[in-house]
Amino acid sequence: MKIFGENSIKNLLIVIAFSALTALFLILAFILLEGLPFIFNIGIKNFLLSSDWQPMAGKYGIFAMIVGSLWVTLGAIIVGVPLGLAGAIFLAEFLPRWMMRIIKPAIELLAGIPSVVYGFIGVMVLAPLIRDYIGGPGLSIMAASIILGIMILPTILSISIDSIKAVPQSYREGAFSLGATHWQTIHMATLPAAKSGIIAGIILGLGRAIGETMAVIMVAGNAVILPGSPLDSVRTLTANIALEMGYATGMHRQALFATGVVLLLIIMVLNYAATISIRNMNRKV
Amino acid sequence: MKLKIVIKVIIFAIIAGFSLQACGKNKLSITVAGSTAFQPFAEKLAGLYMAEKPNTHITIQGGGSAVGIQSVLSGAANIGMADLVQLPPEAKDLNSYIVARDGIVMIVNPKNSVKNLEVSQIRDIYNGKIKNWKELGGNDHKINVVSREAGSGTRSSYEAIIQNITLVKEAIIQDSNGTVRETVANDANAIGYISHGIINDKIKALTINGVSCTTEEIVNKKYMLVRPIFLLTKGAPQDRVKAFIDYVLSKNGQDIIKANGLIPAI
Repeated sequence: MKIFGENSIKNLLIVIAFSALTALFLILAFILLEGLPFIFNIGIKNFLLSSDWQPMAGKYGIFAMIVGSLWVTLGAIIVGVPLGLAGAIFLAEFLPRWMMRIIKPAIELLAGIPSVVYGFIGVMVLAPLIRDYIGGPGLSIMAASIILGIMILPTILSISIDSIKAVPQSYREGAFSLGATHWQTIHMATLPAAKSGIIAGIILGLGRAIGETMAVIMVAGNAVILPGSPLDSVRTLTANIALEMGYATGMHRQALFATGVVLLLIIMVLNYAATISIRNMNRKV
Repeated sequence: MKLKIVIKVIIFAIIAGFSLQACGKNKLSITVAGSTAFQPFAEKLAGLYMAEKPNTHITIQGGGSAVGIQSVLSGAANIGMADLVQLPPEAKDLNSYIVARDGIVMIVNPKNSVKNLEVSQIRDIYNGKIKNWKELGGNDHKINVVSREAGSGTRSSYEAIIQNITLVKEAIIQDSNGTVRETVANDANAIGYISHGIINDKIKALTINGVSCTTEEIVNKKYMLVRPIFLLTKGAPQDRVKAFIDYVLSKNGQDIIKANGLIPAI
């Protein structure tokens, strides 16, 4: 007695596959429907290019937060990419295989630490250190950048390691036979061949950095100002939504959805740029 | 064959669904939503009330004062909790009961030598006119102003009482009473404001115009940073909802509120 035939299973799987897609479109439609009318209502210029955010007084300018998000993400890249890249080269090229087997899972474990924990360490340890030894209020772009830089490290590391490992051994042998040293081989043969994978890793990290909310709320200070130095505190787009979501009603709520629209656009542009750059890279190699 | 089984499963699911709903209906349920400041007290009161009347089931939800008002208006909750000095215009048709009062305390780091602030000084600090502790008799350090997010009940009450505050843009924003307290506890030059109920010894409470925030001073109406906590209902409360509000306002209920650190309404 067969309850489900071949065909019904197939149909079921199709429905499931499309339900994921439907969810994506529903989210997209919902955010756009709630956010776009607000943006046109208040004026694109007033919304995007003003940094006066006082929802209670009817002022909704998110320029400071766009700048804040970009600064914090840039900071995370400055902290995370050199560490991640150097780490990946060392781990993939210099470390014996048995040690890799211990270290790689440990790195992946780092990715599993909840962001609240990172934020907590940032508030308790990093922010006081910055305040006491460098200056400013401590809760700042710098603190957020360092915390985010560490948070995106596992992503960059593990994808970079995989793509360096995937470079055919013959490339290295070829370089060695031409008389290249170990380091010359790495930066002239291995890295260019692994480039697209490494860039994909960096962009995935970038996505995580710009979308991260909890840790950033905890360490960035959330002041709505155009930052003048890395020691100033900033509010990111994600933090703005999460901070005020619980209370927002009416126009204020729509303004937060509109903030979501901007965030969505930034992430879409980033993803698109990433796809294109990877495609170009592959063509050259 | 296949169809039969599917139909059986569907019928079973429907019956199960109905019977579950029926179970829920045997109990009188009340949903209370809103202010996170009053939430722990509401939970405590609800627990004791349910122990007295086992056929009532009370659900307490947080979400903040605005959520409390919204969910009463929409009917999602029977009772809303709000901790605002002035109820917003959309709440003017709701029935409101003041069930408790809560003091707001100005706090600084224990290392700070400043002990008292005048209201005008507080206003100038939060407007960004006073920028250095030196101007207030403290050390020569920049003041790190800590405030709450727009829409917070504590913040709107605070700004409504102090009046004429346009928050200085450099102010650090924290999203709960607890995180404001931690920020001030970690930063020797910070100033913040939190609910009276959660003061601890990692921070120092300031006196305002020479008056400290104690139950006595609030009852005598000498301490000024006090906000009422409202329970809101849509229309006059009926049987089970009324019974619970009466319980909160009864001497018994008020004693519980007092014993847990809030100031009773009466």
